[in-house]
Amino acid sequence: MKTKTMKINKSHKFNSFDFITYLFIIIAFIIVYFLLSGGKLNNQQVGWIIPVCCYMTMAISLNLTVGILGELSLGHAGFMSIGAFTGVVSYIAFSEAIPNTVLRVVISMIIGALMAAIFGFLIGIPVLRLNGDYLAIVTLAFGEIIKDIINCLYVGFDSKGLHFIFGAFSKKTAADLKLADDGIVIINGAVGVSDLKLPSSSIAETIRANAKASGTKIKASVAKLEGNTVMFIIGAVLVLVSLIIILNFIRSRTGRAVMAIRDNRIAAESVGINVMRHKMIAFVISAALAGAAGTLYAMNMPTLQSTKFGFDTSILVLVFVVLGGLGNMLGSMVAAALLYILPELLREFSTYRMLIYAIVLIIVMLATNNPLLKNFISKICSGIKSIFAKKNKKAAVADNISGGDNNG
Amino acid sequence: MKKTFRILSAFLAVVLLVGCFVSCGNNTSDSEDTKADNPNKSDVTGTTDPEESEASGTFKIGFIGPITGGAAIYGTAAMNGAKIAVDEINALNGNVKLELKCEDDVHDNETSINAYNTLLDWDVQAIVGCVTTGPCVAVSAKAYEDRVFMMTPSASSTDVIDNKDNMYQICFTDPNQGIASADYMAENMPDAKIAIIYMNDDIYSQGIRNTFVEEAEQKNLSVVYEGTFTKDTSTDFTVQLTAAKSKGADLIFLPMYYTPASVILKQASDMGYAPTFFGVDGMDGILAMEGFDTSLAEGVMLLTPFSADAQDERTKTFVKSFEELANDIPNQFAADAYDAVYAIYEAILVAGCTADQDCETICDALIEVMPELEVSGLTGTMTWDESGAVSKTPMAVVIKDGNYVLPTND
Amino acid sequence: MDFLKYLISGVSLGSVYAIIALGYTMVYGIAKMLNFAHGDVIMVGGYISFCAMMYWELPIWVSIICAVIVCTVIGVIIEGLAYRPLRQATSLAVLITAIGVSYFLQNSALLIWTANTKSYPSIFPGNIELFNGELTISVVSIVTIAVCVLIMVALTFFTDKTKIGKAMRACSENKNAAQLMGINVNRTISLTFAIGSALAAIAGVLLCSSYSTLIPTTGSMPGIKAFTAAVFGGIGSIPGAFLGGILLGIIESFAKAYISSQLANAIVFAVLIVVLLVRPSGLLGKKIQEKV
Repeated sequence: MKTKTMKINKSHKFNSFDFITYLFIIIAFIIVYFLLSGGKLNNQQVGWIIPVCCYMTMAISLNLTVGILGELSLGHAGFMSIGAFTGVVSYIAFSEAIPNTVLRVVISMIIGALMAAIFGFLIGIPVLRLNGDYLAIVTLAFGEIIKDIINCLYVGFDSKGLHFIFGAFSKKTAADLKLADDGIVIINGAVGVSDLKLPSSSIAETIRANAKASGTKIKASVAKLEGNTVMFIIGAVLVLVSLIIILNFIRSRTGRAVMAIRDNRIAAESVGINVMRHKMIAFVISAALAGAAGTLYAMNMPTLQSTKFGFDTSILVLVFVVLGGLGNMLGSMVAAALLYILPELLREFSTYRMLIYAIVLIIVMLATNNPLLKNFISKICSGIKSIFAKKNKKAAVADNISGGDNNG
Repeated sequence: MKKTFRILSAFLAVVLLVGCFVSCGNNTSDSEDTKADNPNKSDVTGTTDPEESEASGTFKIGFIGPITGGAAIYGTAAMNGAKIAVDEINALNGNVKLELKCEDDVHDNETSINAYNTLLDWDVQAIVGCVTTGPCVAVSAKAYEDRVFMMTPSASSTDVIDNKDNMYQICFTDPNQGIASADYMAENMPDAKIAIIYMNDDIYSQGIRNTFVEEAEQKNLSVVYEGTFTKDTSTDFTVQLTAAKSKGADLIFLPMYYTPASVILKQASDMGYAPTFFGVDGMDGILAMEGFDTSLAEGVMLLTPFSADAQDERTKTFVKSFEELANDIPNQFAADAYDAVYAIYEAILVAGCTADQDCETICDALIEVMPELEVSGLTGTMTWDESGAVSKTPMAVVIKDGNYVLPTND
Repeated sequence: MDFLKYLISGVSLGSVYAIIALGYTMVYGIAKMLNFAHGDVIMVGGYISFCAMMYWELPIWVSIICAVIVCTVIGVIIEGLAYRPLRQATSLAVLITAIGVSYFLQNSALLIWTANTKSYPSIFPGNIELFNGELTISVVSIVTIAVCVLIMVALTFFTDKTKIGKAMRACSENKNAAQLMGINVNRTISLTFAIGSALAAIAGVLLCSSYSTLIPTTGSMPGIKAFTAAVFGGIGSIPGAFLGGILLGIIESFAKAYISSQLANAIVFAVLIVVLLVRPSGLLGKKIQEKV
């Protein structure tokens, strides 16, 4: 009963934990921004930034399905894939209509998200009728189906517009697209997207061209840094927007209904909550955000194959979510960043790298689920709590209101 | 209480994360220091040059390939080949020495770019890689912008070198192989009923198949069946083989690496189906496969630039060093990477680069000399055109008693 | 005639899936966990038997027994070290740990046996010709199918009739109640893992001798397919896993032959989705009454 009251308390007012989530993420982004624009990061770290933003968004969007909706999804990378490929197609297709690169990336992201949302809805119809592990296996199945279908897809673009072929039943090649002379093949079946001109380098080029026009000269490395910084801002905004959408959703009436369904479906149904509708809303939002993350991912990769978005990627994101804590958005984001960077930091161990990663993963899972250790940490926490409370009075006040029920 | 724990742990994690960035940020300045030291070093070693080249110093050569994961077999072979070449060059005690740093890309585009960025931070001056095609296309686009010279041992797609003046290949391009295979068949077995089995989600396999089919059409070869498979269905080929058999195919073209090819050979033999099999350079290595019954490969024809059984002195030494290093028989990937290191070495000698130059200067200097360069390596004598494609002659061999022999026309 | 050939190839492929799925289903039925490391135990079984045959030059039967013993031990160790401490944890935590174990096994195999593809020798060479050579069936297919049926029957007998089998069923119904009845739950779960891993070893040998390559990731895709097969037939049900495996193999084979070899996997998964929509708990799965 006590935990129930706490949950209701939590959902009613602006939650202190939400506040801290925003605070930490914004501070982290500001620090990264200054490090990046000040040229303090080396190439390796610059390379991490966009993928980390993508995986953060993926992690919180999957956390919405797994943590809030309470359904295990093993095919989340499928939505990422849809977003990625749709995003690339629209990025190239709009290259003349919208000359501004940043605007074009943002619009591609929105289109990618919309497409993923449509598929999320279509897939949700059968998937959400099932329960538990059966639902999990069907999401896995859809993920694999999406992967195989995109493998057979040929998309080209010329002055007449977009051309599509689906080459699964007869042997087709990109030549069958019958493009005009000025046409370009965007998705070439299993070969996927190759040689995409990255937005970051387009931005860098524009900056240099502008500078040249105004008579000054900018070094290539400086322009490249500018391009990367702009992309980072887009990535950071995507993460923040996703976070705002998800946290507001959780605190909304619909979000509370979704959590009620998670905790007890029959009880929720009996008080008149439309189960299917609410599940669907959460699932579609989750798919759309994954689509946007996919577009961002594609915008950072010169080449892209659909095999990348298979079971392994879905599992990778699931690991972020579970390690970060179900329903804990801040945890998901931090886990995504740390676990993405961990194997890269282990590069020196070369072949032992993934073995160490596996061992770390097992040990962390065992440690976080160990009752003895949990008690030990929470004892330390209660000690630190008083110190922490002084530091952050505002947060502590809100904390005490909801925390009070718990202790009492 | 629980909440405080969550907040605290989140806080710690963010601190850790930022710490990661900051601490690594310091590394950059460290590596800059070492870079500043470099010219002094090269001055010390700079004595008279036996080959009258101005090139001197220790050059930093990066290697990118899959050392772990599903494609590790190609990456590790290439890595060991490159290591042997570097050791040999350093043992010459010439002015030019090489330092090799190998990075793993798990055959994944994203990881490959991370590996490349790691090498950039190490102030790499030229790269041998990537080993596999997908990652290579991704990295070459980045390297083109950063002006880093790259020589791929085995990424054979034209996408790798298209529109990039800094990219060179050691292996044949896919179209080259598809056309060469079709031409060979048209010349030697024009009446064959051909079946193709290829891997649909693999750029290498798909690329060769596409040009093969085009060329076969022009040469009036009859292709009676085409079967595909994907990475996920690469264990069972009985369906494709049954279909090929019932369509009456007597020649099966296998544009793929040797791992799936070995399964096809075995399952065909289990079915009692014995057409002629025709492979491409990816088939090389099938005889060295541990546990493989070489009698299954009897009569298989393939186009290959390298054979570990070759009797020339250089191949023998290479095979011996490779066996010492990796306890294994080298395949074509190892030989290609070995040649790639030598090609870069020779180009550096000709261009007269010094180790204190940055990658951009070296890249431009190397690009200038590449069209005139002629390198004789394990995989034949190689020259390059401006696009970066290699020209060397593929050799058609047939497997007989577990060895490659030249086919006899009968 | 081609139809018959495709059918046989499908049944033979399906039998391998079925043996793996039996292991999945046993473990799921009792521990209620998706053991994603199961596919990698298969790979270990393949490597052990390969080593026994090629390096230590043991006869085939001894090699298979070696593989079974090693896999059983590994299965019990994994259960004891990685899964037992998580018995009270959420099923997702166990799932992620299983994935960690899977990575661990794959990368250990990579270090021990290197990435070089091993070609698994033919254990059951030869083929049988029927209808004047119109139809050839390889011996290994027949052996695979026979072993699969044998294991299914043996397992059904074991769980239905023996005391330990009954204990297993009791644990799968209700662990607390089983404990009150004097059943040692931990030991029963360990035993289930032992049986599951032994089956994985046999599946490894059969998988590798039919589809002869052996690399550290050999087990992953058959593992996922077998998991699909287990769900298809109704996870937790032994005849269900058998039926699911065989059907999956046949569908895959026919999809490759008659529809599109590129989409074979997609078609298998599409059929699975349709079946689950009609029968939400698989073909032979028990419909669990929801408690209010």
